Amino acid sequence: METLLEVRNLEKHFPVRGGLLRRVVAHVKAVDGVSFTLGTGRTLGLVGESGCGKSTLGRAILQLQKPTGGQVILEGEDLTAASPERMLEMRREMQIIFQDPFASLSPRRTVAQTIREPLDVHRIGTPAERNRKVEELLQVVGMRTAVLDRYPHEFSGGQRQRIGIARALALNPKLIVADEPVSALDVSVRAQVLNLIARLQREHGIAFLFISHDLSVVEHVSDEVGVMYLGKMVEMAPAKEIYRDPRHPYTQALLSAVPVPDPQRKSKRIVLTGDVPSPMNPPPGCPFHQRCPKAMDVCSRVVPPVVDVGGPGQPHRVACHLHA
Amino acid sequence: MSRQPLLEVRDLVVEFSTENGKVRAVDRVSFEVFPNETLGLVGESGCGKTVTGLAILGLIPSPPGRIAGGSIRFDGRELVGLPEAEFRGIRGRDVAMIFQEPMTALNPVFTVGNQMIDVLRRYKGLTKRQARAAAVELLAKVGIPAPDKRVDEYPHQLSGGMRQRVVIAMALSCDPKLIVADEPTTALDVTTQAQVLEQIVKLQQEFHMAMILVTHDLGVVAETCHRAIVMYCGRIAEKAEIGPLFGQPRHPYTVGLLQSIPRVGHGEREDLAVIPGMVPDLLHLPRGCRFADRCSRRKARCDEELPELDGRADSPSRVACFHPY
Repeated sequence: METLLEVRNLEKHFPVRGGLLRRVVAHVKAVDGVSFTLGTGRTLGLVGESGCGKSTLGRAILQLQKPTGGQVILEGEDLTAASPERMLEMRREMQIIFQDPFASLSPRRTVAQTIREPLDVHRIGTPAERNRKVEELLQVVGMRTAVLDRYPHEFSGGQRQRIGIARALALNPKLIVADEPVSALDVSVRAQVLNLIARLQREHGIAFLFISHDLSVVEHVSDEVGVMYLGKMVEMAPAKEIYRDPRHPYTQALLSAVPVPDPQRKSKRIVLTGDVPSPMNPPPGCPFHQRCPKAMDVCSRVVPPVVDVGGPGQPHRVACHLHA
Repeated sequence: MSRQPLLEVRDLVVEFSTENGKVRAVDRVSFEVFPNETLGLVGESGCGKTVTGLAILGLIPSPPGRIAGGSIRFDGRELVGLPEAEFRGIRGRDVAMIFQEPMTALNPVFTVGNQMIDVLRRYKGLTKRQARAAAVELLAKVGIPAPDKRVDEYPHQLSGGMRQRVVIAMALSCDPKLIVADEPTTALDVTTQAQVLEQIVKLQQEFHMAMILVTHDLGVVAETCHRAIVMYCGRIAEKAEIGPLFGQPRHPYTVGLLQSIPRVGHGEREDLAVIPGMVPDLLHLPRGCRFADRCSRRKARCDEELPELDGRADSPSRVACFHPY
């Protein structure tokens, strides 16, 4: 498997200012030392609850928010060290799909203008070629070309999301960060969009970083799954493996908490106590220890190292003292 | 079930006037809720589930909305057409509500305690001191740690899950007979949702309340409800007990919904079953079955006639479809 993206020890800390002089009094460690690699044409699902840093991680990788530490290496090139000119070129390789299809499309641009914009910005092809490409993209996402001159408000959420996907595809990117792309959609429409994403990945060989709070959605589209908690990656493994045999107590709780549409299922739910601590003031040691049903003495003192508990060729990394 | 229903909704019609004409958000919907039972109202955006809940609470904004027909009987009393002054004696006391976004249900400038004490004094005639003690006790009941401290905090000091618990505590404060909960856990994270749902089920049993749970999440319905109604485009598609609804769903829409949900632990990455097309525009509804356009079992009659619920009022599974499974 060829490596497309390598993230090394990525950090994004936001300063918190306070007091009379607006001095920096603390840092919110939104992303705190995350590392992983993503192969060409593969999908990494990133799950976690609100505030765990999954969206910030996606944005830091795209350099939409400058990371405060670590490296993002796309096709062997370190984006954190790239010049602005080089960065503009690199941006062709990576795109983003946003959660809210009502907020991510300009209400004053037609569908054609919206999808064409990336082609215009990067001056790709002649205007006629661009228009042809736009029509082709619409067909790829399953929309009729009759809609080209219509405006976003004329479409439903699912259709808007398709338009957003067509725009992301315009430059034939190698990597797409999809930030909660189906969370705003109804169940029946969600399945349509998920199938579309799965098909694009198969047919176009695009790698996806698929960010979602919904574990069932992530399982459906991912080759690998990473679980984040308080800015850290606590577990990462092939999708099948992590659902079959979750090792981190947080992953176990997260999986058991999903409501299942099957009244026969005897639930053996792990109900966590308490809330996620503030990322401004994370607890010492393991970030999860205060809520962990299996916490030991050492957990409150020492940050657990990342260990590989998987078989050969099946990396299963987990940051937990139970496996250290 | 031969018990006396607590709530009886008959042929409810709710209409909204819009710039482009009149929209029927709820179209001749009938159901009943029995004491101690949880009824799920499920469906996708715009199916009329929330509007049905609001109608029961007498909270349809008017204008533009109005209850254009039907009856809602609660505890032997007709609620449709009840003057607002009398409704106030029922809402909050006998029928309470829990909304999706707890921050909009709480007043940001008063402490949790202040808001609860107000309600308790007004509806239960307690003194200030008694009301405060009752508020602390309620907060403890809904699982808030250190309730005697939390009672003096403002809503912004609490997390989302805590806020929703406070809203639940407020809803419970007058021992209501019926709670209408509209997407009570949708704004919460999964682990918090699990906590809050567990609490709701426990309290419902403890307080012997009936509950209407409005949600889009079939998983939540399976885990908390006794019966459920699946709505589509303002109409009831299927009304059934939980066992048959998930075990042998009969309406093609219900079947489609259940198949299109990705499930945790299913492993294989094959394409999800899809319901093709989209929900029709409420302004331009077809003459026949509203689901016909997206349905794989469609026949000529489906385009001509609107199907009504089959079977008897007390059968465990009823469906509004000419060609059900």
